[in-house]
Amino acid sequence: MSDRVLELKDITLQFGGVVAVNSLSMHVDRGEIVSLIGPNGAGKTTAFNAITGVYVPTNGCILFEGKKIVENYPHGKMKKLYAGSDNGKYTQHIEPTPDAITKLGVARTFQNIRLWKTQSVFDNVLIAKHLRRTSNVFTATFRLNAAEEKKQREETAELLNILGLYSVKDQNCTTLPYGLQRRLEIARALATEPKLLLLDEPAAGMNPQETLELTEFIGKIRDDFKLTVCMIEHHMDLVMNISDRIYVLNFGALIAKGTPEEIQANPTVIAAYLGEDKNA
Amino acid sequence: MDSNKKRDLAASVILIALLFLIITVLEQLLPKTSMIFTVLKKGSIYALVAVSMNLLNGFTGLFSLGQAGFMLLGAYTYGILTIPVSARAAVYQYYNGGIVQFALPVFAAILLAGVVAAFFAYLIGLPVLHLKSDYLAIATLGFAEIIRAIFQWDKIGALTNGSNLLRKFPIFHSTLFPFAVSAVCIGIIVLLINSTYGRAFKAIRDDEVAAEAMGINLAHHKRLAFTISSFFAGISGALLAMFQTTVQASQFKSAMTYEILLIVVIGGVGSITGSCISSFLFVACSEWWLRFLDNSDTFIGSIHLSMLRPGFRKVVFSVVIMAIVLLYQKGIMGDKEFSISKIREKLKKKKAEDE
Amino acid sequence: MGFFQTNLPYLLAGISTGGQYALIAIGYTMVYGILRLINFAHGDVFMCAALMVIYSASFLPLYISVPLAIIATALLGFAIERVAYKPLRTAPRMSAMISAIGMSYLLQNLALYVTGGLTKYYPPIPYISDSIEIFGAMTKRVTVITPIVTVVLIFALVSIIKYTKIGIAMRAVSRDFETAQLMGVRINSVISATFVIGSLLAAVGSTLFFSNYTGVTPTVGGMPGLKAFVAAVFGGIGSIPGAVIGAFIIGICENLIKGLGWTTFSDAFTFVLLIIVLMFMPTGLFGEKTIDRV
Repeated sequence: MSDRVLELKDITLQFGGVVAVNSLSMHVDRGEIVSLIGPNGAGKTTAFNAITGVYVPTNGCILFEGKKIVENYPHGKMKKLYAGSDNGKYTQHIEPTPDAITKLGVARTFQNIRLWKTQSVFDNVLIAKHLRRTSNVFTATFRLNAAEEKKQREETAELLNILGLYSVKDQNCTTLPYGLQRRLEIARALATEPKLLLLDEPAAGMNPQETLELTEFIGKIRDDFKLTVCMIEHHMDLVMNISDRIYVLNFGALIAKGTPEEIQANPTVIAAYLGEDKNA
Repeated sequence: MDSNKKRDLAASVILIALLFLIITVLEQLLPKTSMIFTVLKKGSIYALVAVSMNLLNGFTGLFSLGQAGFMLLGAYTYGILTIPVSARAAVYQYYNGGIVQFALPVFAAILLAGVVAAFFAYLIGLPVLHLKSDYLAIATLGFAEIIRAIFQWDKIGALTNGSNLLRKFPIFHSTLFPFAVSAVCIGIIVLLINSTYGRAFKAIRDDEVAAEAMGINLAHHKRLAFTISSFFAGISGALLAMFQTTVQASQFKSAMTYEILLIVVIGGVGSITGSCISSFLFVACSEWWLRFLDNSDTFIGSIHLSMLRPGFRKVVFSVVIMAIVLLYQKGIMGDKEFSISKIREKLKKKKAEDE
Repeated sequence: MGFFQTNLPYLLAGISTGGQYALIAIGYTMVYGILRLINFAHGDVFMCAALMVIYSASFLPLYISVPLAIIATALLGFAIERVAYKPLRTAPRMSAMISAIGMSYLLQNLALYVTGGLTKYYPPIPYISDSIEIFGAMTKRVTVITPIVTVVLIFALVSIIKYTKIGIAMRAVSRDFETAQLMGVRINSVISATFVIGSLLAAVGSTLFFSNYTGVTPTVGGMPGLKAFVAAVFGGIGSIPGAVIGAFIIGICENLIKGLGWTTFSDAFTFVLLIIVLMFMPTGLFGEKTIDRV
């Protein structure tokens, strides 16, 4: 049995009549880079939102490092599953807020960049260190946490150094070019000290050269920070180059999974997704 | 960077010390009744409550309109706890002297004024803080109105004196008192804003979803900001009570909150120094500088200005406010702070350009 | 029966105030539906309408001055939108709301200046201000007329929204501002029409309201304005039937509370109701649910 970092069991998300994700099961092992691909509207980002606690799944559970972090079932099923346990209260929803999941060690970036727009590059990363604080509001206000503050600032500077953002640290984050903004989002996610990093279309809007650089970059941070990476991506070069395994979604359902070679050879995938891409 | 910060700190300390000195000298020179003291006293109180509102609206992005309610709580707490026992029979004449039969020292009561306001803010925050922008505004406004109604209720008159005035509590005589209290409180708020919590507040303001995804607990931090802001609103309420020498619930209407909001907007949402400057300007204009507009016996040469009569001042004043809101949306300071080193840098630049 | 007998005057008054609130609430709910703006100045428009009647009635006969004031109020609403909200169309939502608060401040101060701070009294309008007796309870005829007028006006409004071109445009804009604009709906005229209709109804509401409670002061619009807004939230903001039902419920409850001798709390009750609604059904009775997109 390998070391499971993330496991989704039978995740379904339904909004009114729309089934955005339909009983998706997948897993990510430690140190892997796993890609989630599929046409637009296939439910990839929705799956990310379920993992990070933004949406509560209608059905299914999510495990992080072997521990249930999210769980929800329709009432009847819940009753059957937990019959007799839990003092006769059959419902056992586990729906943490996103910040609680981040605290466990899951960090993400966003498809449409969501930096804190009035803040400098440095502060964007420093704020993400807030969750690892030991100070409370009183000690922080009266500067009794000076040692911790200093340490966090040093770590931030170091992180910016590693990611090549140190020279622009005092600029407002919106003045950065697009590629660097994406990189800053990754830096910010890394500042939360994650074990699992979720990247939502990290190469969106990048040219081939930048995409190539990003490929190396993701591999590098995986090794440097001992990360496990799960990403959503449309650039097939990037996906095929870097992924250990790939999951393919279409209309909310899993249609294929496997190594890049297997996926490239999979007829269903070619029909649903790659086929169009090649013709285009 | 760091030397600049230190220089700024030193400069502000010197500036504040200078201000205190000037006030002390003025108090010696001018008669006690001079308008300038009214403006300075009320201005410093409004500065505190404006900064506390800015902490919410400007720094945390929570659009709350409950400030008058929390000021009321502070003012009443202070009044109820400090009226001398000997004066209670006269104040609570309809309620047999009231049920509180002790008096606390002034500073303890001021502190408690903040604590009571903060406690109520905590309770109110539980149900309303997850509401979005304008719904939050209207809900907090509603709570302020509910608080006002409760304090006017004659069934608890033994505590609050019903709809009658609270009076005869200790007041301040020197302008330095509200100045010092406000300065200390605003100083604490500035420290908070520049701490790791302040940064988290700003992150929530800029992008709530991103903030939550980066591990900032929204409920906890919003509640913190709301409670702390109300704490200082409560203290400013106590100061206002001392300034007015009497307290009555009916004066803490939503119009009061609107005034404070306008002060914040004129000063610049997200600027502490802006809020301070604009509260003095606001008070000075409304109480002092525009007074002549209310004088119906004004002549230019021999022409009688017939439009000048009581109330005209406020019309002009509100037109000016509308002009600022519409044409000068960033206010006096935008979201920048007034700082000596920045001005120095600008001057240096200018010098370099001139040469 | 005893309860009914003692509370009948309050019930009647409640239905009447409810109708008046409904006429104000429509202005709030329509503006919010389209601009996502709480028009804080709406209550003051309501007050201005009353002052216009009072001042024009001093030199004009009532049958001219009342319609004139109603039209002038509609123009006032139009002007307020053009001056205070249109320049802020692309600004953050908070700016428009602050502008609304500033506008309310301005109108109140203007009224203070004009009236000199004295309470002005609404002229008694023949027929509707007359006293009548219903089931042994004395009241003014306006109490009975209000709900009828309200219902008639609302039917007229609903048919305008349902069947006319401008009504369709309004619905499109409230559904999706930007798309409607791209599809060639003239946003500015739709918004102006909304303000005109809202102010018109507020003016009618004001005539009915002040025939009953005759004292007009500069701040008199604040409370009915806020209550009407709460009614709009209660009914589900953006929904006209919701606002009307909400207004009647608030009007009736408030007056029954007065009947119980809890006058201090008749205003606070509205806000308690507001908070309960916001906590347990934030979209109100008939509001649409929204999902936040990430």
